[in-house]
Amino acid sequence: MARFIGRRLIYLLPVLLAVTLLTFLIASLLPGDLAVTILGDQATPEKVAALRAQMGLDLPLWQRYLLWLWDVLHGDLGRSFRTGETVLAAVSDRLPVSLELMVLAEVTALLIAIPLAILCAVKNGSATDRFLTGLAFGKLSLPPFMVAILLIYLFAVSLNLLPATGWVPLAEDPIANIRSFVLPALTLAIAEWPVLMRVLRSDMIATLQEDYIAMAKAKGLRPSRILLVHALKPSSLTLVTVTGINIGRLIGGTVIVESIFALPGIGRLLVGAIYARDFIILQGAVLFVAVGFVVVNFIVDMLYAVLDPRIRHGRA
Amino acid sequence: MAVRDGAAFDVGVDTSAVAPVRRRRVGGLFIASLIWIALVALGAIFADLLPIPSPTDMDMLGKRALPSAEHWLGNDVLGRDVFSRLIYGGRISLTVGLLAPVLGVTIGGALGLLAGYFRGRLETFITGGVDVLLAFPPLVFALAVTAYLGQSIANITLVIGVLGIPAFTRVARAVTLSLSEREFVTAARALGATHSRIILRELLPNVALPLVAFFLLGVAVTIVVEGALSFLGLGVPPPAPSWGSMIGEGRESLDIAPWLAFLPALFMFLTVLAFNVVGDTLRALTDPRPGAL
Repeated sequence: MARFIGRRLIYLLPVLLAVTLLTFLIASLLPGDLAVTILGDQATPEKVAALRAQMGLDLPLWQRYLLWLWDVLHGDLGRSFRTGETVLAAVSDRLPVSLELMVLAEVTALLIAIPLAILCAVKNGSATDRFLTGLAFGKLSLPPFMVAILLIYLFAVSLNLLPATGWVPLAEDPIANIRSFVLPALTLAIAEWPVLMRVLRSDMIATLQEDYIAMAKAKGLRPSRILLVHALKPSSLTLVTVTGINIGRLIGGTVIVESIFALPGIGRLLVGAIYARDFIILQGAVLFVAVGFVVVNFIVDMLYAVLDPRIRHGRA
Repeated sequence: MAVRDGAAFDVGVDTSAVAPVRRRRVGGLFIASLIWIALVALGAIFADLLPIPSPTDMDMLGKRALPSAEHWLGNDVLGRDVFSRLIYGGRISLTVGLLAPVLGVTIGGALGLLAGYFRGRLETFITGGVDVLLAFPPLVFALAVTAYLGQSIANITLVIGVLGIPAFTRVARAVTLSLSEREFVTAARALGATHSRIILRELLPNVALPLVAFFLLGVAVTIVVEGALSFLGLGVPPPAPSWGSMIGEGRESLDIAPWLAFLPALFMFLTVLAFNVVGDTLRALTDPRPGAL
């Protein structure tokens, strides 16, 4: 196990390095001069030149990258030239909101997907199964922002049950906090469950044909016990990986959902930075999200190896 | 690894137990999808010739007007003809939706063929590069690059196209790997065929079909991504009509005129669904894994 983790760690470092390089290069795609963008069109050439020198914009690209990377490694991701807030403060302020949203969304998605997958697997090939797999397939064509619109129309505009926008801190009023998360989390969960259900369903169908399931049936165990205890755990390996892989899409989803429902998370920070053309914050937020994504995928790989010994030994 | 394929382009790459049942039942849906795609495509191509009002002319007295003989589906918040904007919106969705995957399938397909055929260091290098690109959450990547490059249809197409490369590379590589072991490739090699002949004449025709199926799924994903960007106001710049930006604008008047958001959403949903159905049917037919046939 230690050797496996070591091997994956050696692989992780170059990927992380490449991600920082790519983030840096994206930022250098900006046409024109960052100093001019910061100071405005009216700035005198002397002022622009001074800021360029101060920010090190005169240096060649590779030197700028190394200097930037050095700062990043020391926790200095720069500060917004609009609000003066440091990137690190901006990100850490908003991170809890995004994490709460993602956890709630993933849990809700699993709560929808697991029972439906079990139902489909048990009634494999029946009308219910065909209806649900068809629904899941159709749902793949309905992106989160459309789901959000439908939910807002249904629960906020027509029924007036839940707030469409706004956010209350958890410490201030836990009930209001959860209420402000219901629609956003549900939006993401509706986007996620079809993939989870399809994966678990096909694994579960395979598991139910194993001999030990027939054995358990022959022993006269209750069907619920066979399904939930004997069949669910060995069927959930792919589910774990897919849940991890989906985090990339979930992050993309939170960007949209946070913007729609005005939740002050990382996604809204990112989109807000684009609207305000606040490129330092944008670069910092992108770097943070990308690195977080790589690390989460790494952890999922580890988790998968713990669950399935075949992967540790390089046979799968 | 199979589940990982198409992580960026995730449209549910899962065949296993579903495919045979669906294929037998798909006939009507498949035809309906083709008809819908044809209708949207014809509308997009001949939009300028159709007897519909301009999609950008504003009628300040007819804001959110209800359907009439003149405006078949009414007007939007700025008094622009909704039906006309839907037709012209299809033009943008299809342009971006078709061009971006062309970029992905060309570059990604070539890289995957080379990696799968030559193996060795080249393969390590290509799969490594693909992994780095996959290390970015796709939507965040698209948002950031268009923010820096500037919003235009060309830039959006370019960004989404680049994002599609990893998925196509993986599909092409996986198919090539399994084909390279087959007898006809060995036979060609024994006959003294050059590498380029084997790749272009023997492998490419066989890799092409799965790639086309995946291409159609790519079109669906691209339309969704373009829609999401435009919905946030970070995609196709106004006043050009895009389904995504129409949904975004319609959202402001959900309480008084919900159809302004629902109509473009319906158009987009049907189009994406149609491409998914066609792509998925073709994929099920061309899946190299024996279990899928």
